[in-house]
Amino acid sequence: MSTNRQAAAASHWRAPILFAILAVLFILEGTVRNGMFSGSWNTSLAILNMGLISAITALGVNMQWGYAGLFNVGVVGFFALGGLAPVLISTAPVEGAWQAGGPRMLIALATAVGTLALASMLWRHMPRGKLRGLALTALLIAGFVLYRGLFDPAVTAIESNNPARHGNIGGLGLPILLSWLAGGIFAAAAAWAVGKVALGLRSDYLAIATLGIGEIIIAVLKNEDWLARGVKNITAIPRPVPFEIQLQRNPEFMEFANSWGMAASTASGIWVKLCYMLLFLVVLLLLILLAELALKSPWGRMMRAIRDNETAAEAMGKDVTARHLQVFILGSAVIGIAGAMMITLDGLMAPVGYNPLRYTFLIWVMVIVGGSGNNWGAALGGVLIWFLWIKAEVWGPALIAFLTAPLPASSFKSGLLEGAAHMRFIAMGLVLLLVLRFAPRGLVPER
Amino acid sequence: MDILNAVVAVLNFVVIPAASYGAQLALGALGVTLIYGILRFSNFAHGDTMAFGTAITILATWGLQALGISLGPLPTALLALPVGIAVTAIIVLATDRAVYRFYRVQKAVPIIFVMASVGVMFLMNGFTRLLIGVDEHRFADGARFIINVRDFRDMTGLAEGLAFKTTQGLSILMAVIVVWILFWFLNRTRSGKAMRAFSDNEDLALLSGIDPEKVVRMTWIIAAGLATIAGTLYGLDKAFKPFNYFQILLPIFAAAIVGGLGNPVGAIAGGFLVAFSEIAITYPWRKIAGYLFPDWQPDGLLQLLGTEYKFAVSFVILIVVLLFRPTGLFRGKSV
Repeated sequence: MSTNRQAAAASHWRAPILFAILAVLFILEGTVRNGMFSGSWNTSLAILNMGLISAITALGVNMQWGYAGLFNVGVVGFFALGGLAPVLISTAPVEGAWQAGGPRMLIALATAVGTLALASMLWRHMPRGKLRGLALTALLIAGFVLYRGLFDPAVTAIESNNPARHGNIGGLGLPILLSWLAGGIFAAAAAWAVGKVALGLRSDYLAIATLGIGEIIIAVLKNEDWLARGVKNITAIPRPVPFEIQLQRNPEFMEFANSWGMAASTASGIWVKLCYMLLFLVVLLLLILLAELALKSPWGRMMRAIRDNETAAEAMGKDVTARHLQVFILGSAVIGIAGAMMITLDGLMAPVGYNPLRYTFLIWVMVIVGGSGNNWGAALGGVLIWFLWIKAEVWGPALIAFLTAPLPASSFKSGLLEGAAHMRFIAMGLVLLLVLRFAPRGLVPER
Repeated sequence: MDILNAVVAVLNFVVIPAASYGAQLALGALGVTLIYGILRFSNFAHGDTMAFGTAITILATWGLQALGISLGPLPTALLALPVGIAVTAIIVLATDRAVYRFYRVQKAVPIIFVMASVGVMFLMNGFTRLLIGVDEHRFADGARFIINVRDFRDMTGLAEGLAFKTTQGLSILMAVIVVWILFWFLNRTRSGKAMRAFSDNEDLALLSGIDPEKVVRMTWIIAAGLATIAGTLYGLDKAFKPFNYFQILLPIFAAAIVGGLGNPVGAIAGGFLVAFSEIAITYPWRKIAGYLFPDWQPDGLLQLLGTEYKFAVSFVILIVVLLFRPTGLFRGKSV
């Protein structure tokens, strides 16, 4: 950020060296089997895949923070909303669900949106005064009653359609890769709504408003069973890569696995994860390419000018609020894409898993550590912090056990061992604070 | 009689819970608003500071209970509160010394403070988990009710019962006492006046010889006290679960912003406004409609919003205020 910059001129070799170290860590994880590493390529690739998704999320956050200084505390919400896309776009249609309440549901949602649009028009076009307030209230109440009148029966109808197996609206059965794009659009729409209200005010207000929208999106996903079965979860989300079991039945693949001297289950797992890895890498690199091009364009120069001195940019005739809204939407769209990718990777939509500590604040640690304002830095931070976060689960207790080894067995010792699991939060908080203070430009500083 | 029943039902299900929840929110929002007024940033760590203070208070309560000390009908936690406040104040002062002071000296932009407070939140969250785990704890002891349902029915002969929990009464009473002390402090004492002067105009305050570090220290101590009291009352009333204190952050911010950030009176009003709207909007009004209009048989529960969306209420209030009056109802610090 514009305040407290480190001395500039970091070495050109810094980023490549850091990425090489990261690669070595993953290779160690894949090959060496000891107290620190698992020695399983399946584990290593699983961490890497989730790390790549984290990197894309971090990229989105970096656009908002690094380009524009916008503090999004609702990352988890946009991420989860993106995850809704594979469910609504790509799962197979549920028989009878659409007939039961689909059109009514659409009309209900259109009513809600229409009411809000009308209200906003009315507010802008009516003259100031008591009448305007009254008319607005009346419109909103009428709209709400109408909406609930349409919405409630539609929900009941959809949820009572084969509730044991489905009870949700079902998907469109479109290709899963398309849903990644849709995830970005979902998140962008939510970002537009929040940004429209909270941008242009004090900087803290956006943070608080995003905190709110994050909580609400998670609450909707948990409770609206008609949408994605809520906490009953959606399984069997289609995947863009073959299933392990298909590979194991394929004689050609078996021969290939044998030639490498691997068991069928291991080989198929690795193969699937490699396919995912390639897909994710393509998305990540494409996004970085686009982001870098944008940053080098006049638009990018303008964004940085606004970030570094809003008043001066405004004096030059730049519409700061509109630019902020733009970049906020773009960043959220990237977060949404990552959310859709994670649901595809997991093959499961489980809203209970969306914990803000994990999906908002950990992502923030990634961005700050990686280097705010630098896309490569954010990507590096995403993969690195994710690796450490996963490994800290193993290393933390091991470290505590090592340190407490000389102590006799006692409740204090067992308490420490139990508490080790919570050490991760303390460690991440410390990392965030230390980097923010002593190396605010992160591992790979902005050029 | 039906009207009386309806009144009692409203009191029982809406007014009393909302008043006690509002008192807890008001105390929380006061802490947020004071920090905003003096240090000029929204403290995201406040919810977890509340959780931390409550965790310490619970540990002290268990200690007292183990010693066989109790307060009779009142919860033992009240006796443990000073311990909780003292420990929290020390921790909060330490975080100020280690984290925030650096940025204050640098005159960093507010958003950096906000981000640092997120780091502090992580730390506090971790410490709380380390101290007490992530499970739910109920630590309210003593008498459960001031008025219980059966006694009330026997006393009045109404069909509808009314329960007034000790913890609810305590929340309201404590809030009144704490707010009274706080305002006396802010308006009558030298230090309090210094704080208000600093909040109004930092440069003028510095010119008139007010020691900024002293003001900041005082603010943190007061905020720690408010957070611990609010957190303990909330925990006594519901149950202590660390994650709930992260979630209560949104209503607290909403309350502070509705009242106008930096404005203590506004924070109290905002707390009650948020609490009453939250409970009134998520309460199923069917029963009360049944008393008032015996002939009308509504289909639904007459619930405007499911309780699982109670956070949406704070959010909508927040949005409405941001849209129409970004400085809050009581004119807090401007943009």
